[in-house]
Amino acid sequence: MIGLSPGIAVKHLLARQRQSLVSLSGIVLGVAFFLAVSSLMQGSETDFIRRLVDNSPHITIEDEFRNPHLQPVEELYPAAAVEVRRIKPLTETRGIRGYPRIMAGLRTVPGLRASPMLAGQALISFAGKDVAVTLNGMIPAEVSDVTTIQNYMIAGSVDELTANSDGIILGDGLARKLSLTLGENVAITTPTGEVHTFKIVGLFHTGRATYDETQIFADLKRVQALLKRLNRANTVIVKLDDPWRAQAMAGEIEGRFGYKSISWQEANEDLMSTLTTRNIIMYTVVSAVLIVAAFGIYNVISTVVLEKQRDIAILKSMGFLARDIRRIFLIQGVLLGLAGSALGLPFGAGLMLLLMQVRLKFPGSSDPLPLPIDWHWPQFAIAAAFAMGAALCAALLPARKAASVQPVDILRGAQ
Amino acid sequence: MTEPVIEAEGLTRQLPGEFTVTLVDDASLAVHEGEFVAITGASGSGKSSLLYLLGLLDRPTKGHIWLRGKDAAALDEDALAELRLGELGFVFQFHFLLPEFTALENVMLPMRRLGRLRQSEIEARAIELLASLDLAGEGNKLPKQLSGGQSQRVAIARALANDPLLILADEPTGNLDTAASANVQNILRDLAHRHGRAVIVVTHDRDFAAAADRVIEMSDARIVRGGRQGAS
Repeated sequence: MIGLSPGIAVKHLLARQRQSLVSLSGIVLGVAFFLAVSSLMQGSETDFIRRLVDNSPHITIEDEFRNPHLQPVEELYPAAAVEVRRIKPLTETRGIRGYPRIMAGLRTVPGLRASPMLAGQALISFAGKDVAVTLNGMIPAEVSDVTTIQNYMIAGSVDELTANSDGIILGDGLARKLSLTLGENVAITTPTGEVHTFKIVGLFHTGRATYDETQIFADLKRVQALLKRLNRANTVIVKLDDPWRAQAMAGEIEGRFGYKSISWQEANEDLMSTLTTRNIIMYTVVSAVLIVAAFGIYNVISTVVLEKQRDIAILKSMGFLARDIRRIFLIQGVLLGLAGSALGLPFGAGLMLLLMQVRLKFPGSSDPLPLPIDWHWPQFAIAAAFAMGAALCAALLPARKAASVQPVDILRGAQ
Repeated sequence: MTEPVIEAEGLTRQLPGEFTVTLVDDASLAVHEGEFVAITGASGSGKSSLLYLLGLLDRPTKGHIWLRGKDAAALDEDALAELRLGELGFVFQFHFLLPEFTALENVMLPMRRLGRLRQSEIEARAIELLASLDLAGEGNKLPKQLSGGQSQRVAIARALANDPLLILADEPTGNLDTAASANVQNILRDLAHRHGRAVIVVTHDRDFAAAADRVIEMSDARIVRGGRQGAS
């Protein structure tokens, strides 16, 4: 047997089927759109971060320090106002000193892969054309662990660099610009005046025009020799099994080795804050749907309270307490919220499945791709909780009004 | 003599405002078990207002009401509601049945709220009450499917649901034809005389009033006849 207050609440709602259905459909649509849009937002964010995480180092150790070194006198008197003039730093070869020691240290960390790189400016010459490029020296056997360059190879392979230390890999944009093909030889000139001839052993295409036209890859030892920076690397690229540990790990590395270590989150701080702003805007818009639906519930329950003044007066004269009356109308809100969630959740799941079937050709992609949809149980829980909260809030005012009805005022007028 | 079921002393009810309106002025009365009392008077004389005060639906500006010796002035709203639920039964001019509920469900409502009986006992008692008022077989009908007289009898059954000490009726035959009026009148009189309940009926029907054990007459918010001995 259904309880007394829920029983009365159900009867009230069933007596106004059309109004109840309209307000119910508001909640159902609100919950469904909340789910569909949030899954799309979550999906696009996950997709964006996945691309960001996959295509960039999780941590980059650079050949500089976050803060300039303190002079010994400043370290000795940290609280004193010290001014040291005419400091002239020593001239030295730039780069991470003793990077093999750092590499050995990093390799002891579980779930971490690292590889040194040395990048410098160079000029690539072919058939009378010269193009300025960034020459990246890397260890071919390790590069696949820390970059995704091998995923973008359209001709040759990264492994060729191991077999041929005079090999070079360049982007298809640069190859097109200089009319180069796989297997051809090109001359590279560095600012140190060194000239060396390399054989093209691989071509890549990332889809980012600037990158494809300016980046070339060669063996680290060869690049160190060309740039006259023996035993130097200017970056160490780190990849982690769990990219979300990057921020903490970067702090640890910087604390241990001193060199500036930038996590992917720090490097993309502006993008991450843009994502947060985008989420706030979208969730606000979607929540507005549920808030509008809550007004529908408020309208229905207010109407019931208005129409049922006489019944409320009778119930109170019979001995029902104010809180019994309040409960009846709050239950109506809860019932509408529950029913709205119960119908809205599967409807929202259906909408998500429908959206998963949609394929669009995005700019820069050659094939139509599915919309990125990402759904998790918390989204369902949030949608249901929000719907329940909105319905309950919408019922609160009419319920309070109903509870405050004075039976005598109504009965005098009804006689 | 036994303790009165309800006793009122110096009841006054005024509506505050720029011009104070006095609804009931210094009314004193006592009603005992098995007594059938009619309150009469012209329209606006304060009959219904006095009934609402006696029914603990309104609070007096001055004066006291004792229900079985318990001072109502000392009780908060919730306690008054509990008293109404257990000790009082109301019948109004219009039946005021809840339209979404069947006759049986309407009668069951006060019992379910009180919660002293099990569901099966509540249902059995409601059926018994309806049968005692010649409504056997009408229990599953909605109020709109019942005649005026039948609806008013359902309202009486609802008022009797929790076996109250005192039944208060406000013009219970005002909307009924002669036959139905006579029926309701007999039921209320029987409740007092055969079942020992105190019954107070507000009526402007002289025949109805003539059937009562005592008539309290009101005029200009005051009891002018039949109130507590020595009070008027």
